[in-house]
Amino acid sequence: MKNEWPLWEIFIRGQHGMSHRHVGSLHAPDAEMAIKNARDVYTRRNEGVSIWVVEAKHISATAPGDKGPLFEPSESKIYRHPTFFDIPEEVGSM
Amino acid sequence: MYAQMIKTASAGVKSREEMTDQEREFQDKIDNDIKIEPRDWMPDDYRRTLIRQIGQHAHSEVVGQLPEGNWITRAPTLERKAILLAKVQDEAGHGLYLYSAAETLGESRDELVRLLHEGRMKYSSIFNYPTLNWADIGAVGWLVDGAAIVNQVALQRTSYGPYSRAMIRICKEESFHARQGYHAIMKMAFGTPEQTRQAQSAVDRLWFPAIMMFGPTDADSTNSDQSMAWKIKVKSNDELRQQFVDQTVPQIEYLGLDLPDPNIKWNEERGHYDFSDPDWSEFFNVIKGNGPCNVDRMKDRVAAWDDGEWVRDGLLAHAQKKAAAKVAAE
Amino acid sequence: MSVDKQQLLQFLLRQGDNTLVLGHRVSEWCGHSPILEEDIALANTALDLIGQTQMWLGYAAEVQGEGKTADDLAFLRDAWDFRNVLLVEMPNGDFGQTLLRQFLFDAFQSVLMGRLMKSSDEQVAAIAAKASKEIAYHVERSADTVVGLGDGTEESHDRMQAALEYLWPYAGEMFESDDTDAAMAAAGVAPDPAGLREEYDALIGKVLGEATLTIPDSRYNHKGGRNGAMHTEHLGHLLTSMQWLQRAYPGCEW
Repeated sequence: MKNEWPLWEIFIRGQHGMSHRHVGSLHAPDAEMAIKNARDVYTRRNEGVSIWVVEAKHISATAPGDKGPLFEPSESKIYRHPTFFDIPEEVGSM
Repeated sequence: MYAQMIKTASAGVKSREEMTDQEREFQDKIDNDIKIEPRDWMPDDYRRTLIRQIGQHAHSEVVGQLPEGNWITRAPTLERKAILLAKVQDEAGHGLYLYSAAETLGESRDELVRLLHEGRMKYSSIFNYPTLNWADIGAVGWLVDGAAIVNQVALQRTSYGPYSRAMIRICKEESFHARQGYHAIMKMAFGTPEQTRQAQSAVDRLWFPAIMMFGPTDADSTNSDQSMAWKIKVKSNDELRQQFVDQTVPQIEYLGLDLPDPNIKWNEERGHYDFSDPDWSEFFNVIKGNGPCNVDRMKDRVAAWDDGEWVRDGLLAHAQKKAAAKVAAE
Repeated sequence: MSVDKQQLLQFLLRQGDNTLVLGHRVSEWCGHSPILEEDIALANTALDLIGQTQMWLGYAAEVQGEGKTADDLAFLRDAWDFRNVLLVEMPNGDFGQTLLRQFLFDAFQSVLMGRLMKSSDEQVAAIAAKASKEIAYHVERSADTVVGLGDGTEESHDRMQAALEYLWPYAGEMFESDDTDAAMAAAGVAPDPAGLREEYDALIGKVLGEATLTIPDSRYNHKGGRNGAMHTEHLGHLLTSMQWLQRAYPGCEW
């Protein structure tokens, strides 16, 4: 419908020191109202200390079909993980 | 349930041989409990069925504000008023989360609302019953939300990611609803004789409508197979109904109220309570629009939407002016 | 300087009745707002107001010293014992009228709470400290909405202007002062409301200007709510709903 308020994606920092996390979406006429609406809709139970809003149409995303080329090549690079390396116990924690 | 009698947009469950490669890959993901996400390929029928189900679920939350909202201005104490208002506000929030989930499938909230208001989409039968005394408010929280929780807990495992996540958030908030309802009706059941009478009346009137919420019996539930295969529906109507009855009967007994159905009896052999079928002709009538409150509920919703049009348009027009002025200034 | 208990009680009833009656009015919107986001926001405002009521009337009952509770004061007094300003009992009207009423009240509360936080009465100061955070958000939100609707479409502008003309004669009562106010001011409990007008006018002048709304010239205002001399006809109906259960089934636990 032509007069529908734009859709906004809402990200909330739940506690100090944590990253903002996507919690859902809502409608608002502009960014300021989106922040206020997010406060009223998504922090009713004391869930947040900071809010980000992004208009949904501005989010770019990977295509599901590219999952193979994008994410599978890293599967074989197991040496990037600390557990790949056996270090003798005598050496102590590392 | 909040989504009853969802017509599956499909001719029936396809065998693996009948499926295309894409369909088989899709079904494999579901069978392996891998969530389907908005941009993933999905059969059109899956998308259409989900829009219908999530939309109906969302409509139910929003129309569901009305019967309880009917008592906000008459709540007997400041605390009860705050609790009820917070509870009904949650329902608006749940409607909002669910519309958002439907929007990820490409259907706008305004469009779903339009379909509801034109009578082309439905909401749960339960909200077409009136709330007539204060004990009804306790009974709605306890029985109606209790029945909803039984269904929604199961739906947390549904195959569509955004729907499943909405259910998880809703269930987390919803556990307060049933508890506040039971707490309120306890006060009534254990109160003065007049209060007890109201509590009994509430249970008597709302019991059958509550167990109707799970939809027709499995034998009469024609749309289930495909939805179960797609994990849009996770347990059958009768399974969920039995689960609800089993958990609720002892709660009625604790209140010291008479059971609302003389046929409720523990069946040792089945390990479940037996109970009477609700009057299914009444159910189908309510679905068709002949419940005690169908007309008034829709009138209220349509009025809220239509009367609010100038507000939505006004605020949007202002936002657009502001944005244009900002661009001009740059 | 010691405070006259009766005067302090009057002052507390004024605070508590304002939030009680307005909270009730705002709660009437639940399920009927123009869009879900606004429905949820209005419910939050109403919940804050109910919470503030519990604090103000709770303290009032304590000062009264008759063993009553906030609920007794809310549900068992008749209209003439209510001490709220007439503005808050005015009907909701359309969404614009509700938000304009909210803004006119929020703006007053935001000016008043700043002073009450420094009250010589510790409990008043504590209530004001808690309420002031809620009110800071309320006034921001209601001001934004008034600006948005005033400077929105032609229809929304006209409706907001009509709402302002309807409600304006009720704004002035918030600044009336009498013996109670003088006693509160002398004891350092609360400021004389008359002295808050200038700051208030500056605040609402700025917002209503941005909203392209014209403040009516007349300074005439209705009054009678703050001392109970004369309420509007609307209050009786509001109390009829609000108090019905407590009146019909006295002495019950709920």
